[in-house]
Amino acid sequence: MVQADGAECPSQGGEDDGVSLRAIPTLLKVGFAEAAAYRTEMIVWVLSTTMPLVMMLLWTSIADVAPVMGQAGSSWSSSTFVGYFLCVFIVRQLVAAWAAWEINFEVRQGTLAMRLLRPLHPLIAFATSNLAYLPMRTLVTLPVAIFLVATHRDALSSDWRLWALFPFTVFGAWLINFLVNVAVGALSFSVDSSLRVMDLWFALFFVFSGYLVPLDFFPQWLRDVSAWLPFRYVLSLPVELMTGKVSFDEALGLVLRQVAFITGLAVLAGTMWTRGVSRFQAFGG
Amino acid sequence: MSTATRRTMELLRVQLKASAMLALTYRLDFVLDLVIGLFWTVSAVLPLFVVYGGPSSRGVPGWSFGETLLVVGCFITLQAVIDGAISPSLSTVLDHVRKGTLDFVLLKPHDAQILVSTARFQLWRVAGLLHASIVFGLGFRELGHGPSALGVLQALALLLIATAMLYSFWLLIVSVSFYAVKVDNLSNLFTSIFDAARWPASVFRGVFRIVFTFVIPLVVMTTLPAEALLGRLPWTSLLASVGGAIAVAVVARVVWLLSLRRYTSAGG
Repeated sequence: MVQADGAECPSQGGEDDGVSLRAIPTLLKVGFAEAAAYRTEMIVWVLSTTMPLVMMLLWTSIADVAPVMGQAGSSWSSSTFVGYFLCVFIVRQLVAAWAAWEINFEVRQGTLAMRLLRPLHPLIAFATSNLAYLPMRTLVTLPVAIFLVATHRDALSSDWRLWALFPFTVFGAWLINFLVNVAVGALSFSVDSSLRVMDLWFALFFVFSGYLVPLDFFPQWLRDVSAWLPFRYVLSLPVELMTGKVSFDEALGLVLRQVAFITGLAVLAGTMWTRGVSRFQAFGG
Repeated sequence: MSTATRRTMELLRVQLKASAMLALTYRLDFVLDLVIGLFWTVSAVLPLFVVYGGPSSRGVPGWSFGETLLVVGCFITLQAVIDGAISPSLSTVLDHVRKGTLDFVLLKPHDAQILVSTARFQLWRVAGLLHASIVFGLGFRELGHGPSALGVLQALALLLIATAMLYSFWLLIVSVSFYAVKVDNLSNLFTSIFDAARWPASVFRGVFRIVFTFVIPLVVMTTLPAEALLGRLPWTSLLASVGGAIAVAVVARVVWLLSLRRYTSAGG
């Protein structure tokens, strides 16, 4: 396959899809090797996810005095909170994406030009290198998961159908995260401080995803708002499945909404990326 | 004033001026900091509204809503100090170490620690102090009375102590970077541990109580200033905090000097 002048023709045509597909296993292998090589760095990243534990300390100190009542009439004891926030910790590790920083860095340094020259769509490269970290991240969260199952089994769902949905929602949550990262990364083509948008996303994520406060404690109107925002589907949904806070029917509806958000964001991120690349001129080029 | 002190002041003035000019160039950053900081402040305060607003929950044991808001106010203040004055300079050092350009700093005829610690200020992070004052205002309105003059003085002293401690911890992290190059996420780890400082000390029990009082003194940094503002800080706590801060500072300085001696430039 002859590659046209890559700098002029950054978007790959349909005929390259076969190449991309065949490259993916190799890319995953390379990414996994990278994750294994930088394992200390990754563990420090994992350890810096302290927020669920910080929130756990707060909530358990309150629930130890008396159980806290959620809006839906459920009672949260100290051990319910421990179960909830350990699930939050695990899901947060599995769905992490960081393409926005990589894209921003490569656009500013001009190294994105190299990626555009390769006969492989850059977004596929970013996605696979991100996914390749998953085995290592799972390994790191394994002790937490074992501890959770061993000591707080009653805080977990016993409905196997919810557990069957769980892996799909985790992947969906990662997809939303990744697509948002791509969209924000694509902003780097036109705005210097695009990463600040990521800050904004995180601030909203903290509030609306159940990261700090289980959505169960929101007043009804705020719960309604959060159902229409993407944040619930990035973290809370898999956690709700793990802890059995939703019925199977509710869960199906939520999964549908998650798929809707993925589709919408895919279109948005795709458009922004193509537009961004078309105005990209490598710095110093 | 001795010549050395005067030269240090002059240096600080020059470095601040450079950062101020940079800040004025990126004026839009001020608006961004203000808006994004507002979201962060909301996300710091919102859990408290839930904790104290629920039908059955009684909030953090031993702390009323207004009192807890004062702790959060101290937390936001210190976060602004970290983001504005401590973290930017020290992340420049990490860059220097990684690229091997620290040599140029070390060659300059002045104390390297002062040079690298004043290298960069993010002046627009002052916006955080505005948010903190809003939270303080909310807290005192909830309490129904203002702080005493003595309380404010004590609280300011404690916040200064906290700043000194945070700076010392950061310096220790930078010293580690001479040995292990990839530590930019180590400073990240410290920031996320500092997140625990947003709650009153009664939240921490058992091991956490000990760790966050004596090892990483988060309790000293935010709970004690809040208690000072409430007029219930024992003088012994203040004195112990001063002692602790001096001890950490001395250790950080010694470790810094030792690591500098071990430093061999990258690619040298």
